[in-house]
Amino acid sequence: MANHYYNADDLGKFSGIDKFQKPLADKFFAWYGEVFAEGNLSAREKSLIALAVAHAVQCPYCIDAYSSDAFEKGWSEAQMMEAVHVASAIKGGAVLVHGVQMMNKVKEIAM
Amino acid sequence: MKSLKAQQHILSDTHEQIEILEHGINHDDSFKLIPFQQKMEAAGLFPLKPTQLEIFQINVGKMCNQVCKHCHVDAGPDRKEIMTRETMQQCLNILAANPSFKTVDLTGGAPELNPDFRWFVAKIKELDKHIIVRCNLTIILANKKYHDLPEFFKQHSIEVVSSLPFYSKDRTDRQRGDGVFEDSIKALQMLNAVGYGIEGSEQKLNLVYNPAGAFLPSTQDSLEKEFKLVLKKDFDISFHSLYAITNLPISRFLDYLLQSSNYEKYMEKLVTAYNPVAAANVMCRNTVSISWDGFIYDCDFNQMLDMKVDCSAQHISQYSEAVLSNRNIVVNQHCYGCTAGAGSSCGGAVA
Ligand code: SF4
Ligand code: SF4
Repeated sequence: MANHYYNADDLGKFSGIDKFQKPLADKFFAWYGEVFAEGNLSAREKSLIALAVAHAVQCPYCIDAYSSDAFEKGWSEAQMMEAVHVASAIKGGAVLVHGVQMMNKVKEIAM
Repeated sequence: MKSLKAQQHILSDTHEQIEILEHGINHDDSFKLIPFQQKMEAAGLFPLKPTQLEIFQINVGKMCNQVCKHCHVDAGPDRKEIMTRETMQQCLNILAANPSFKTVDLTGGAPELNPDFRWFVAKIKELDKHIIVRCNLTIILANKKYHDLPEFFKQHSIEVVSSLPFYSKDRTDRQRGDGVFEDSIKALQMLNAVGYGIEGSEQKLNLVYNPAGAFLPSTQDSLEKEFKLVLKKDFDISFHSLYAITNLPISRFLDYLLQSSNYEKYMEKLVTAYNPVAAANVMCRNTVSISWDGFIYDCDFNQMLDMKVDCSAQHISQYSEAVLSNRNIVVNQHCYGCTAGAGSSCGGAVA
């Protein structure tokens, strides 16, 4: 067992997850491929969404993959950073909006 | 910025480049890739044979008004190698005697900088060949005497193929130099003004996209759509097709890969993306490439690595269609650049 949890080389081994359970992996990769194909949203737009989500879920593999992919698909550094800010804002907002729940609770129990 | 040659850079020695491609940065085989030959054998494509000789590509000189960071020619204002009229005449004799060549593809450097460029074009046209000029766009604005190039191209029914690495200033200038984007846009507008690139027009204007960095081009179709949309909206520019080209790991692009520590990752990317369908359609199968001094190569890349054709007809003075048609094309590790993903050629994707 490696003595660290994340290894950049593991990204390249992703397709090998089918070795333990092939039918599910096949379904996942087929679905994944279709999700990112040209559709009502372009593959280019989807790439930028993926980049933002990758940051929100803080997945180093996805950040690696979609930083390259989004740049290759022509998004500029500034556009990519704005997408990351959108992800951050939603994450930050998601924390803060729970403040309402906190207030509700406090109001409920406070004299 | 100077050419590698003018800097007396170690990579201006083609042997050094080949050593790195074959044996890694330290020449010690610590970084090893599957030999390209092995991949081609597995695809039943080795030895690689020509199909039909159709395109006669001529590099009329290495002089250029630009010094792009990725240039596989190591071109620039300091390069003095230039084709003479006498060598051009030898090319014309071959073209006259070999009707299988339908297209003459003129490249450089900036081909227009050759003092005999216009004479040569007129002579090729007399032979009724289709002519492609690889025009870097900025040359049209570089000096007053080139301002009429769009008209000249039109008069000789030339197909213009021009590099525009991106539709934004930032990415273009990073690769091609400060101010290149603005001049390229002006030049494209001048070409549009005489009819080039307009839908339905016979004046064909195709653009070349190549990545400004250590990555592969994304799909040609979607890039074309995006380029068309933005160039029309922002600059009222039209063009016909976009060719997405992969940067080959030689010359100044190799230098960039090494300096930015991207070499190994980039090579792995190319190898992983190897596509046998693209391999079957590589451009060297229907093209021959002629250097400024009249030597014959399988392609412009082999030319820049000084890997001449592997047959007895190595110079235009010894030209023989039969001998060249039967030769084995010389391949090496840089060829992975032509076979990655949708493939890459002077006409863009091939698969
Ligand atoms: S890439 Fe083309 S325009 Fe740029 S330096 Fe090389 S020959 Fe000149
Ligand atoms: S680099 Fe030249 S020889 Fe090699 S595959 Fe490409 S076109 Fe052919």
